[in-house]
Amino acid sequence: MRRFAIPAVAIAVAAGLLALLAFGVAHQGTSSSIDASVARGDYPMAPHANVQLPILGAAGSQSLAQLRGKVVVLNVFASWCGPCKAEAPILEQEQRALANNDATILGVTYLDNSSASETFARQEHITYPVVRDVSGNFVRSFGATGVPETFVIDRRGRIVALRRYQLAGNWLQRTVQPILAQRS
Amino acid sequence: MTRGALRITFLVFLTGAALAPAATAATNQSQASLTDIENDVMCTSCRESLAVAQSPQADSERSYIRGLIAQGLTKQQIEQNLVAQYGEAVLGKPPASGFNLSVYILPPAILAAGLAILAVTLPRWRRRTRAAAAAAPATGPPLDPAEAARLDQDLAQFPG
Repeated sequence: MRRFAIPAVAIAVAAGLLALLAFGVAHQGTSSSIDASVARGDYPMAPHANVQLPILGAAGSQSLAQLRGKVVVLNVFASWCGPCKAEAPILEQEQRALANNDATILGVTYLDNSSASETFARQEHITYPVVRDVSGNFVRSFGATGVPETFVIDRRGRIVALRRYQLAGNWLQRTVQPILAQRS
Repeated sequence: MTRGALRITFLVFLTGAALAPAATAATNQSQASLTDIENDVMCTSCRESLAVAQSPQADSERSYIRGLIAQGLTKQQIEQNLVAQYGEAVLGKPPASGFNLSVYILPPAILAAGLAILAVTLPRWRRRTRAAAAAAPATGPPLDPAEAARLDQDLAQFPG
């Protein structure tokens, strides 16, 4: 019996280390399950909806849950990102239309410092609310791997469309229009 | 090297070891440099050291650090500021709390476990090997005098 004690301990330690490694990898990786669900038409609820994120350039915080009942276009961006700068005018233009339809764009800064984000918002004349995801956990829960990424959330809090790269053409307008027409 | 010289070398080593933490603390308190900070923080989008990272986000992070250095902040203050802006992922060494503790605990624990296993198994293996050698029968019948003489003759033909 004692003969097997040391190999058993060694195997147990190795198994424990493998489990730890698997746990770490599982929590580091991003998920594409949201994309798959949206593509199937099986719209998932926006994750971390109750998480309060600090508002950029002002006191207070904002969560997605507080915007329930509105259509929310969640745009993840960073000041150092060229494509984010390129799509900023499209978003600002869309915000004017959304504001009259009980809807809003919600900017989320990711991997960015607040002073650079504020300068970006000022330079791009952004009028929609912008929050900061300092830890990155909120953005990563959407399966985001970079910037920019845009998620359209309906009045029931479900992700109904998403775009992983820079907005192009009139994708935003085409996508949001029918969702605005839906009542919760 | 004489015994006196050895003592002096040892004392110098001890003094250096004792002063090293104080010197590190002094560096943390004194004016920080970009190079020094770059080595200890990460480019959060590229997940590599800021010292080697080449990306727009890394450039933005460096620019932010330069601004903090210009304000006269110490290295420790700058690192705290970076954590407030980019989260704990910006630190090259994760803080010793929560799941991150495993980074600090596991390597020495594994080393200690390995040494303990060796400490237990090596003497056993040695005992077994010795016992096996002692118990082993002779490998063959002894040489008779004629064969021994012939072997000596043969071996004498080889130099060295």
